[in-house]
Parts: sequence; structure tokens; C-alpha cells
Amino acid sequence: MASVSIEGVSKVFAGNVEAVRDLHLEIHDQEFLVLLGPSGCGKSTTLRLIAGLEEVTSGEIRIGDREVTHVAPKDRDIAMVFQNYALYPHMSVYKNMAFGLELRYGGNWFHRTWKRLTSPTEFAEVATKRRGIRDEVRQTAQVMEIEHLLDRMPRQLSGGERQRVALGRATVRHPAVFLFDEPLSNLDAKLRLEMRKELSKLHQRLETTMVYVTHDQTEAMTLGDRIVVMEGGEVRQIGTSMEVYDQPATKFVAGFIGSPPMNFVSGKLTRADDGMRFVSPGLEVSIPEEKEKQFTSGSDEVLLGIRPEDMTVQKHSTVQDHPNETLNFGDISLVEPLGDSTLLYVEIAGGSSQPKNGEITLISKADPRTKFEQGDRVALDIASEHLHLFDPESGQNLTMRG
Amino acid sequence: MKRDRATPLAHTVVVASAIIFAVPIIWMVLSSLKPGTQLTEDPYSLLPVRWQWSNYPDAISSMPYLRYLRNTLVLCIGSVIGSVLSCSVAAYAFARIRWRGRNILFGIVIATMLLPWHVTMIPRFLLLRELGLYNTLAALIVPTFLGDAFFIFLLRQFFLTIPEELSEAGRLDGLSEWGIFSRIIIPLSKPALTTVALFQFIASWNDFNGPLLYLSDPQKFPLAYGLEQFISSYADQTNLLLAAATLFTLPIVLLFLLAQRTFLEGIATTGLKG
Repeated sequence: MASVSIEGVSKVFAGNVEAVRDLHLEIHDQEFLVLLGPSGCGKSTTLRLIAGLEEVTSGEIRIGDREVTHVAPKDRDIAMVFQNYALYPHMSVYKNMAFGLELRYGGNWFHRTWKRLTSPTEFAEVATKRRGIRDEVRQTAQVMEIEHLLDRMPRQLSGGERQRVALGRATVRHPAVFLFDEPLSNLDAKLRLEMRKELSKLHQRLETTMVYVTHDQTEAMTLGDRIVVMEGGEVRQIGTSMEVYDQPATKFVAGFIGSPPMNFVSGKLTRADDGMRFVSPGLEVSIPEEKEKQFTSGSDEVLLGIRPEDMTVQKHSTVQDHPNETLNFGDISLVEPLGDSTLLYVEIAGGSSQPKNGEITLISKADPRTKFEQGDRVALDIASEHLHLFDPESGQNLTMRG
Repeated sequence: MKRDRATPLAHTVVVASAIIFAVPIIWMVLSSLKPGTQLTEDPYSLLPVRWQWSNYPDAISSMPYLRYLRNTLVLCIGSVIGSVLSCSVAAYAFARIRWRGRNILFGIVIATMLLPWHVTMIPRFLLLRELGLYNTLAALIVPTFLGDAFFIFLLRQFFLTIPEELSEAGRLDGLSEWGIFSRIIIPLSKPALTTVALFQFIASWNDFNGPLLYLSDPQKFPLAYGLEQFISSYADQTNLLLAAATLFTLPIVLLFLLAQRTFLEGIATTGLKG
């Protein structure tokens, strides 16, 4: 049980590829921290730096109160689960699990003989520990429900069983920190769901620090106490699932998390007596006072971001009687039923009087029980209290709280 | 449809080439059982007029067969050990360890395959004589401990197919680089190592030029070279020569049959992917 702190760590690979840039990260004791990002964002490299499989170019890594920047992986008190499980194909499940312990308690035959000759007392101690390995492995296997697999070879196991064995191999060493490198991505959807649940349970039971790398936002949202969103070797945001979802720090985070992704519309802000308005060809939204207060930018060029579920679509005919200033109009260009909801692709026509220009398409998540058809003229009601304004250049969220 | 038409044709070709390759061997085995006179009178007959099994004991007793066999086995086993040890270590360095100049050196190693044996023959001879290995079996064994470009290449390619994650898992488990090599890579490379061992065994078994060059003492001759001596002194007893040749070929055929299972065994990396 330990915290992990990464202080100003950079990693430059041969050929001047900067995989991780000046990374600062505090991972609390017993936390389940998820590193999330697209491929090539540096999340796996970060994990490998913690594991010691890669040497840092600069910076410092501490596990617990120990500085481990240049400590060998085996002495870092960590265990890692790989994407392809990396079970030794020539060893039985039992041997796979026991191997690390055997190495720790006396290494190979030559080491032991040497110990026996040089320091018999120490040898006796180690020998006792070695005899305990069998029980230790059995115990862990029992908990992981893989006891019946102990005599099998990895090639005789199904994907899910391999996954379980890989977890077992990591657990049996009682590490201070668990590292997971996309451990579920080789499983089919159903098993993935099941293992996800199991990982959560494992975390609760072991009460150990866990660092988990994934590109799957669902895994990240469901598993992580906190999520670290990375892009281009840098941290874009750190926060709980809901923080990252509701208050994305940048346009990248906003677009990466959420499915379907957030809608973005570029436009201008205008200020009038009755408040601030967002104006773009085809879309006008008044900015609520609260957001206006948070707004921090000199420029009036902004990017409006709104999640598909924060936008309500109504058939044009039903709203004509009570016009509302936040209503915008568009035509449905595509309907995608998902079962629990229906995705509507709405081409903004720019107000009812204008001819449609079809420049902007917004995705809206609608109730599947209201029937829409392609070509329907609809009114969009944007829940303006949930909109975000981003700087078009830097991508910074200009309406972040705090 | 296409397959149906292709199969008979392919079969014909395969059978025809099998016959072409098999005929000399069959002739050798059958002729080794003929009486000496039949070979001079009617050299094209296939079956012996009389099955003369005594050709075999005669052939063995007419030359120091067992001594030659012993020498051959010493050569074969020594060079198999040499090749497997040196080439696997070198191949691991080329496949898995990052160091400056690795690719250039690997290119140079591969380029040595282009050098004909004869080009290095004289310098190599002078070098080994200087080391006092002339007229010893060691002259033929020691060089195999220095690696062979083809075997290094073969093993390197095989090592490259073993997932890097296994090495990393080993490193996390506490293995040293040597431990990763000896306890993970080597056990997983049995098919490739068997191939190298078999190739080296056959090469040493059949090697004629090497003994011709380095050995002068008949007591040290291996079978391949001893057989040639037999030809010059017993030129008229072709049936005995062929019996000796059969005895010479047999172990290699048996070895191949025994080893071909491991040899052809698929790569045992299952258990990695889900």
C-alpha cells in the first residue's frame, strides 16, 4: 500500500520522440487512477515509467516514501498486468504464479547453493519462505477462483481464464501498486463487462493503489476514482468521472469523453443589455448569467460546446405557438436508433426564415419513443446552463468553475 | 474446382521428384547387399541375385569403422554444442538488447554468409595451426563456438517473434537479462534450437573438406573422410563401399525422422493472445 508521485517526468525516445512531457501526478494511497487518452498520448509510457520498464529522461518517481527513479522493476514493489497477459507459455498456471515468488526467495539453484554455503542461517530462512510458496499460490488461486486451472498450461485456457490467471499472478506477490496496461481490450464485450466488475471488487478487497491505462472511456468512467486525461504526452485534466464529463478543461477532453461526442460550433459572442449571446450562422444561444460571470477571455471568437443529451429536439409544428428565443431550427439528416435512445443528426438551417445552408450538423440524443424521420423540420432547445465555451485557439474551457 | 484440378498435377510432380531423389538411395541400399561380382557383371540390375548380408560386417571390419564413427560423433556433438551456445547468445544480443552499432554489426555478420568457404580457408588454416590445433579434432569443433552467420540469423528471427511482454514480465518477476534468456527465451525456442542443432549435426556428419584440410592422422579421421580412404584402397569392392555408405547415411535419416516432430512443431507462443 503506497502512494505514487511523479514529479516533472519526461521521456524522450530515440529519434527525439517526446512521449511524456514534464508530467506531474500524485496518485493517492489505495486510489484507482485511470490514465485515459487516444493511442500515442503517452499513457502507456507513463505506466511503463512507473513500472521501471522504461528509464525516465528527467524527473523523479516516488513510490510510498521511497525514491525509485533508478530502482530496478523487481525492487519497486509493483505488479503489472499486460494487455496480452504475458503468461509464460512454457509454464503451468501454478508455475506462472509461483515464478516471481521463487525468484524473490532465493532465485535459481546456483544462488541458493551459494547462500547455503555462505550463510546457512539466512538460507534456512529463505528455505522456509520457499516452502510457503505453494500455500500462498493456492490461497490466491482460491480467491481468484482459478484453483482448478493450476495444472493447466496457458494455451489450454480461454481468454477470460488467462485474464484471471494474469490477475492472480499479480496478486500473489502482494504488491504496493498494481499497474494495468489495457488489460480488458483483448476480451469480448460481455467478458469485458464481467471483468470490469471483478476489477472493481478486487480493488475494494485488496485496498491497494491501482494505476490503470485504457483508451476506453467507459472503463475509465466506471473504474476510476479519478481519471487522468492525456494528450500528446501531457495531462489535460485530472478529476473524477463526473468532473471530467461535466467540466472538461479543454476542448480535447470534452470531445474525447462522451459518446457520441460533444457538438462544437464556432461563432462570436455579442454583448447587449439583456446579456451575452452566442451567435453563429444558423445558431443563436443566449448565455446564462452564471456562465457569463465565469467567462474569462478577451476575445469574442469562441467555440460553443454542447453535449447531445443537453439538446432537446421538438417537431417544428408543435413549437410554433409559443416561440422561445433559445429555439433554433434545423432539418433531420439522419436518424440512428440505439434502443435506449435515438441519435438525431440535425442540420442547422439558421432560423426558420432563412434557407437552409447545411453547414453545421449537430447530434442530439432523443427519447426513442418520439418518432422522427429524415427530413423532419425540428426546433432545437439548447439547455444553455450546460453549454461550454472554448477558446478556438488553445482549446481552453472559458467557462470553467473555480 | 481449381483445387481438384491442381491436386493430381501436384501429386504427379511430387511423386516424380520423390522417385528421382529416392532412386540413388534405393540403388545404394540394394547394391550394398549384392555379391561383388554382380556389380561388375551387371551394374544396372536392381535386385541382388543373392542377398549377401555379410557385406556389412565385412565393410565394418575392413576399415576402422567404429573409430571413424567415434571421431564423427565427437565432432558432431562438439560442434552442435558450440553452435547452439554461441549462436543463441549472439542472436539474443541482436534480437533483444539495444546497443550502439547493433544493426551495422548484424549486417556485417550476415555479409559473411556471402564469403565462400575457400576464401577464408587458408587464413583460417594458418590461424588454427598457429594455435596448435592442426591434426586435432578441436580444429573442427572450436570454430563452431564462434558462431555461424546463418544460424545467428535463423535464431534472431525466431527470437523476434517472441513477445517483448514476456521479457518484461520476467523483468518484473526479478529475472536478470541472463535469466530472461535462459529461463524464458531458450525454453520457448526449442523448435528453432532443434533446427540449428540438426543442421549443424548433419553438416558435421557430412563434412569432408574440413577433415581433409586439418587432419592428417588416420586415427582421427571421421566417417566421411574415412569412407573416401576406403574408396581408394578398396576400389574393386563396390558392394562393401556401398554397405559402408549405407551405414554412413542411416543415422542421419533416423535422426531426421526422430527430430522432425520438434523440427516442424509450431511456434509455442499460444497462451499470449486472448
